[in-house]
Amino acid sequence: MSEGNAWVFGDEINTDLMAPGLYMKSSNEEMAKHCLESVNPDFAKNVTPGDVVVGGHNFGVGSAREQAALNFGTLKVGAILAESFARIFYRNALNFGIPCLFFPDYATIKPGHRLRVDAALGRIDNLTTGTQHTVDPLPAHLLEMIRAGGLMPHLKKRFASAK
Amino acid sequence: MPQTLVEKIIARASGQGAVKPGDLVTCKVDLAMLLDSGGPRRIWPRLKELNAGVWDPDKIFLASDHFVPAVDAESAGILKLTRDFAREFGIKNFYDMEGIGHIVLAENGHLAPGMFVCGGDSHSPMGGAYGCYMAGFGGIEMTAVVLTGEIWTRVPETIRVNWRGKFGRGVTAKDIALKLCCELGMDNAFKAIEYGGDTVRAMQMSERSVLTNMAAELGAETGMIEPDEVTLNAMRAAGRTPAADALSWRSDEGAAYFAVHDFDAGALTPQVAAPHAPSNSGPVGNYAGMAVDQAYIGACVGAKLKDLQMAAEVLKGRKVASTLRLLVAPASKQVTRDAEKDGTLGILLEAGATLLPSGCGAYAAMGAGILADGEVCITTTNRNFQGRMGASTASVYLGSPYTVAATAVAGKICDPRDMLGETVP
Ligand code: SF4
Repeated sequence: MSEGNAWVFGDEINTDLMAPGLYMKSSNEEMAKHCLESVNPDFAKNVTPGDVVVGGHNFGVGSAREQAALNFGTLKVGAILAESFARIFYRNALNFGIPCLFFPDYATIKPGHRLRVDAALGRIDNLTTGTQHTVDPLPAHLLEMIRAGGLMPHLKKRFASAK
Repeated sequence: MPQTLVEKIIARASGQGAVKPGDLVTCKVDLAMLLDSGGPRRIWPRLKELNAGVWDPDKIFLASDHFVPAVDAESAGILKLTRDFAREFGIKNFYDMEGIGHIVLAENGHLAPGMFVCGGDSHSPMGGAYGCYMAGFGGIEMTAVVLTGEIWTRVPETIRVNWRGKFGRGVTAKDIALKLCCELGMDNAFKAIEYGGDTVRAMQMSERSVLTNMAAELGAETGMIEPDEVTLNAMRAAGRTPAADALSWRSDEGAAYFAVHDFDAGALTPQVAAPHAPSNSGPVGNYAGMAVDQAYIGACVGAKLKDLQMAAEVLKGRKVASTLRLLVAPASKQVTRDAEKDGTLGILLEAGATLLPSGCGAYAAMGAGILADGEVCITTTNRNFQGRMGASTASVYLGSPYTVAATAVAGKICDPRDMLGETVP
C-alpha cells in the first residue's frame, strides 16, 4: 500500500528518457536526478517518497537497461500505473521492488491528484476526486517479492531461511 | 482446451495441466544462456552478495562474444572475469571466443523443441526457431535464474504470422523480418510471435532464426516456429538426437490466437530499414542511390553461413567499390571454417572484403569497425538505433546480405536484383 501525489506522463515513455545515456556511468543517486528530466524537469527534483507515476501506452519501451527502472526505486516511487508496459521494463521495475499495475483508466488521473494504491487488492483510490478504481492485483508471489523490497532482498530472505 | 505452442511449453515447465494467456506462473528453466555482456560480470557480484552458487552448472551455457577479442583493459577484464566464473562454477558448456552465443548455442545442439530457455540477451528469441520457448531477461533476473533454476512468467498471447508463396529472386527472410517491424510495430509486449506458412516451412534453420531473432525488434516475449523435419535434421547435424515426441511440440488445431496475419511472400521486395528504427522500413528502391561509407556483414542475425553465401552470390567476380569498405564478421568460428571450405570466404576476400573476428564487434559499438560522425553504413544486423554502431550522428540502414553486398559493389544503396539477374542459378 502506498499513498502519494500523481506524476502523469504520456504514451511510449522510453528508457532513454528514464535513464539518459549521458549519465549511465554516474552513481545511482546522480543518475536518478536526471530521470525523465526532458519530459518534466520538476519530476526528479520534487517527487517525494510514495508518489505515484502514471503513464500511458507501452511505458518503458526501449532497451533492457536496468537503470531505467532502478531510478524510480532510487527516487522511492511508490507505484507505477500505466495503460501498458514494455516487457523488460515491467520485469525490471518489479525486481527493484516497485509495484506496476495495468490501469485502463490512467487518463482520469491528473497531475497532483492524491492517490492511494493497494497492489495486493488491485485498488486505486483517487483521494482528490473521491473515485475508486479496480485493477488486476499483483499475484501473491510477486507481492511477496515487492514486500521484501525487490528481487535481491527477496532472494536473501529465501536463502537465509533455507540455510 | 486446444493450446498454442508457447502455452504448451509454459504449462509443462510450470507443472500446470494447462495455462491461458495472462496467467502468472513459475517455470523450471531447462537452460540458461549467459553471455559476457550481461552475464558473469553482472551476476557474480550479486551471487557473492547472497553468498550463494549456481543451481546447476550443467544447465548453464556461457559464451564470450560481445567483448572478443579484447580491445582495451576494460574488455580484457570482463573476459577474464567470464573465464574465472566458468572455472569457479564448473561450467562445462563454456564457449570462449567460438562465436556469437545465439549461434554457438544452436551449432552445438543445445536447443530442442519444447524446452524452456532463458537468455541474458535481448535477442534470445532467436532460439525459438527450434520450437522452444526462449526469451531475454535483464542481468538481475538472470541472477535469480542461475541461482534457483526458476523464473516467473506471464503467459503471453500468441500472434500467428503466416507467409505463403515463393520468394522472388533476391528476397530473403531478412526482408520478411524488416517488413514485419513496419507492419506489426515494435510494441508487442507479452505476446509470442509464431511464424508459419509454406514460405517459412521451405526455409532452413538459418533463415527461420532470422525471423525469431527479430521478434525482439517487435517487442515480443519470444518468436517461435513449430518443429518439423528441417528442425530435427538440424539437431542431428549438431549432434543431438531428437526426442521421440519432438514433433508434438506444435500448436493444437483450433488454438486461440490473439491475431492471425497472412502475407504473400511472392509480393515482397527487398526491404531496407532507414535510421533510426527497424520499423522505419520500406522497399530498397526508396533509398536507392544513397552513398554509403561502410557495408557490414555481421551479427547473430546476419552472418551465418547462408548469409555469407548470399553475399558471395552477388560479389562473385565483382569488386567492392573504392569509395566504400566492406567488413565481414562471420557469426562463429564454425561459420568461418565452413565458408572457407566451400569457397565462400575466398569470393568475399577476392572482392575486397576485410575479415573481422567472430563476435558482436562493431555492431554493438564495442569492437572493430565502428562509425565516424556523419558516416553512412548499411548492415545485415537487426537494430539501427541512434549511436548503435558508434557516433550518434552516423546513419545505419538495415538490409539483407544480398542488399548489403550489392550496395558494397555499387558504393550506394542498390537493389540486389539488379546484380543477381532474374533466375535462380
Ligand atoms: S550480434 Fe548484436 S544482436 Fe546479436 S548478440 Fe551480439 S550484440 Fe546482440
